Amino acid sequence: MDFKDTPEEAAYRQQVREWLAANAPKKREGDPDPLGESSDGLAASKAWQAKKAAAGYACITWPKEWGGQGGNPIQQVIFGQEESAFPTPGNPFQIGLGMCVPTVMTFADEDTKKRFVGPAIRGEEIWCQLFSEPSGGSDVAGARTRAERAPDGSGDWIINGQKVWTTGAQFSDFGIVICRTNPDAPKHKGMTMFWIDMKDPGVEVRPIHQMSGGSGFNEVFFTDLRVKDSQRLGAVDDGWRVSLVTLMNERLAVGGASGAGWSAFLESARQTPGLDGGAAIKDQALREKLADWYVQAEGLKHTRNRTMTALSKGETPGPESSIGKIISAVQMQELANSAVEMLDQYGIINDPSLAPLRGAFQASLMSAPGMRIAGGTDEILRNIIAERVLGLPGDIRVDKDVAFKDLPTGR
Amino acid sequence: MNFDFSDDQKFLKNEARKFLEAQCPTSRVRKVLDEDAKSFDEDLWKAVGEQGWLGAAIPEQYNGLGLGRLELCVIAEELGRAVAPIPFASTVYFLAEAVMLAGSEEQKAYLLPRIAAGEVIGAMAVSEGPGVTSASTLQATVEGGTLNGVKLPVTDGDIANVALVLAKENGKPGLFIADLTDASVTRDALKTLDPTRDAARLTFKDAPVRRLGEAGQGFELLEQINDRAAVLLAFEQCGGADRCLEMAKSYALERYAFGRVIGSYQAIKHKLADIYVKNELARSNAYYGAWALNTDAPELPVAASAARIAGSEAYWFASKENIQTHGGIGFTWEMDCHLHYRRSRQLSLVAGAPRVWKERLVSQLERRNAAA
Repeated sequence: MDFKDTPEEAAYRQQVREWLAANAPKKREGDPDPLGESSDGLAASKAWQAKKAAAGYACITWPKEWGGQGGNPIQQVIFGQEESAFPTPGNPFQIGLGMCVPTVMTFADEDTKKRFVGPAIRGEEIWCQLFSEPSGGSDVAGARTRAERAPDGSGDWIINGQKVWTTGAQFSDFGIVICRTNPDAPKHKGMTMFWIDMKDPGVEVRPIHQMSGGSGFNEVFFTDLRVKDSQRLGAVDDGWRVSLVTLMNERLAVGGASGAGWSAFLESARQTPGLDGGAAIKDQALREKLADWYVQAEGLKHTRNRTMTALSKGETPGPESSIGKIISAVQMQELANSAVEMLDQYGIINDPSLAPLRGAFQASLMSAPGMRIAGGTDEILRNIIAERVLGLPGDIRVDKDVAFKDLPTGR
Repeated sequence: MNFDFSDDQKFLKNEARKFLEAQCPTSRVRKVLDEDAKSFDEDLWKAVGEQGWLGAAIPEQYNGLGLGRLELCVIAEELGRAVAPIPFASTVYFLAEAVMLAGSEEQKAYLLPRIAAGEVIGAMAVSEGPGVTSASTLQATVEGGTLNGVKLPVTDGDIANVALVLAKENGKPGLFIADLTDASVTRDALKTLDPTRDAARLTFKDAPVRRLGEAGQGFELLEQINDRAAVLLAFEQCGGADRCLEMAKSYALERYAFGRVIGSYQAIKHKLADIYVKNELARSNAYYGAWALNTDAPELPVAASAARIAGSEAYWFASKENIQTHGGIGFTWEMDCHLHYRRSRQLSLVAGAPRVWKERLVSQLERRNAAA
C-alpha cells in the first residue's frame, strides 16, 4: 500500500510534465468557468484544446486513428492531475468529447464520423447533450419532444418541442437530441436519437435565470427543425438504448461538488468572533461539525485513490466511486450554511466587498441546491446505489407497458 | 497509485474469513452472551493463537510472524465481522503495540514472545469513573514501585494477566505494567452493554508495577497507543458495519409486506444506500489509517482520528438501521442484530468516545492551519 506511481506511470507523468512545462499557459486568460455566462474564455479554451489535440493529449484513451493516444484511463487521470497545476482555460469540450462524440462514433456512418470527430477533438466545434425536458429530468425516458417524418416523402424528420438544463447550448455548434417518434409504443420503445446543427434557424437557445442569479444552463426550443434521416443515430425507436451508451460514457466525467470546503471554514472560524468574544473556532458545536466534514472529505479523497488504484491495475473501478456527489453536494450546502450562521447577523451580507472570502460561502449556499439535483438527484443516486450496487429490486413501474400517449401526465 | 491491500494480504483476509466462519459462527458468540460464567471463548482464543494471529505483527526475534500492520488490519476486519468474543484487541492492538512502541528491551523480550504464544491476555486500565479521564481527574498513584487505585471499566480485566495502567507517579502521569495475577489485585466482573466482551473493576492495593516508557509521559504515550489501536479498531468496525449491511439487505430481499419484498420500497432502498455510503467512507479512511500506521507516518494522529470517527459512525448507523430494517423480529434476543448493536457501542467507547477524537482531530487541524 503506497501512493507511488508504477515505473510506467512515473515515466508517463514525467513526459506529461515536460510537455506541459513547454506548452501550457503560464497565466489565466478569459473566464475560468467554461459554463459561465460570458464566452470570453472560449478563444483561449479552443486554442489550448488544439494544442493538446496536436500532441495526442486531448483524448488520451481514444484510438490513435481518431486523434487519441491509445492510452489507458490512469494516463488520463495523470494528465488531469498535472494539467490542474497550470492556469489552463476552462474546458467546454467535456460533454461533447465525453458523451456526444462517443455516441456519434458508435452509431453514425463512416462519413459522419470523419466529418465530426477531428473538429471536436481539436476544439473547433463544441457539442451539447439535449436530454432533459421540462416534463422529465430524472425520468429521461419521459421525453416529449416530437420527431415526425416530413410529409413530403423525403425521409427527413421534423422536430418540435423543448429541452431544458442544456449545459453550453449557447456556444455549441452541434448537439445530440432524444425525441419521441412513436407515442403509441411504451415510453422506452418509442424514442429516436439524432444529431442536430445548433445554428439552424429551427433552434432557439434561451439562458435560464437560476435561483443563484447566474445563467450556466439553457432552454432549447425546436420549431419545425428539419433534419436528414442520415442524422439519425441508431435505429428508429431505439433511442433509449443509444442514450444508455451516452450516459455510460458519463461515468468518468462524474465529479464532486466543489466550493468552499472544510479548510476555508476552519480559516474563517479562526478569524470570526464567537460566543463570549473568543474566536468562533472555540465553539464546540462548530468543532464537531468541522471534524465530520473533514472526515467525509478525506473519505471521498481516499475513495478516489481506491478508484485510481483499480484503474492503475487495469481493473474497472468498483461501485464505491458512485458515492461522491451524494456526500459532497449535501456537505457543500450544510457547510456553507454553518459558515453563514457563524457570522451571525452579518451572514446575510453577500456583497463580495464586505463578506468574508469575497462571499464564497454565500455563493456556495445559493448554488448548492443545484448541485443536489444536477447529474442525478440525491434520490436518484440512492436508487442507483440500491439497485446497481446492492442489487435491490427496481421500483414497481406503472409506465412500462403502457403506450406513451396514454400515460398520466398530471396536466 | 497502489492504495489497496496486496494479493497476499487479500488471501490472508479470505483465509481469516473462512476460518472464522467455521470457528466463530454467531452460535459460538451467543454462548458467551448467554452464559454468565463464560467471559470469552477460550477455544477460539486458542485456535486464533495457533493461526499465529496474536504474533502477526510481532517481529520474528520475539517469536512473532514478523508481518506488517496491514496484515493485522485484514485480520481485524474479519474479527469485527464475526463479532469475535475474544480479548484480541486488548492483547494485540493495545498491549503488544504499546510494548513494541515504548517497551524496554527487557520488557519486549519478556512480554512479546508470551503474547505471540497466547500465554498473555492484556488489558488497558485507564478509566476510573464516568466521563473523560484527564490529568486533573486521575486518582491512581504509584509510589515506590507500587500502585494503588481503582480502574473501571477495564475491558478484559477479568481474564487478563497483564494490564497497562495509567497512574500518577510523583504527581506526573505515567503508564505502568501490572501483573494481574498478583494477590494485590482484586477483580470484580462488570455487567456491560456488550456481554460478549469481558470487563471488570480492578482494585490495586500496593501492587508491584513497572513503568512503560518515560516518566511523566503517560498521556502522550497513551495517545500514541490509542492512535495505533484506533486504526485496527476501525477495521473491526468496517467488518461489523459491512456485515450489518449484508444482513439488512438479505432480510429486505426475503421479507414481504403489502404484497412485495420490503427491499423494493424506496424508504428501505435509500436507507441501505445510506449505510453503504457511510461504510465506504469509513473503509477509505481506515485504509489511509492503515497506510499511516504501517509506515509510521507523521500523519498517523490525524489519519487515526479520521478512521476512528468514520468507523464509529458507520458501525453505529449500520447496526441501528439493520435492526430497523428487520422490524419487530430485529428487536428479539434470538436475532443476531443486537450482537452488532452491542459491539458497535463497545468498539466506539473502548479507546475513547468519538467526540473526544473529534476534538483531538480539530485541535490538530487548527495547529496545521496556524502553521501554514
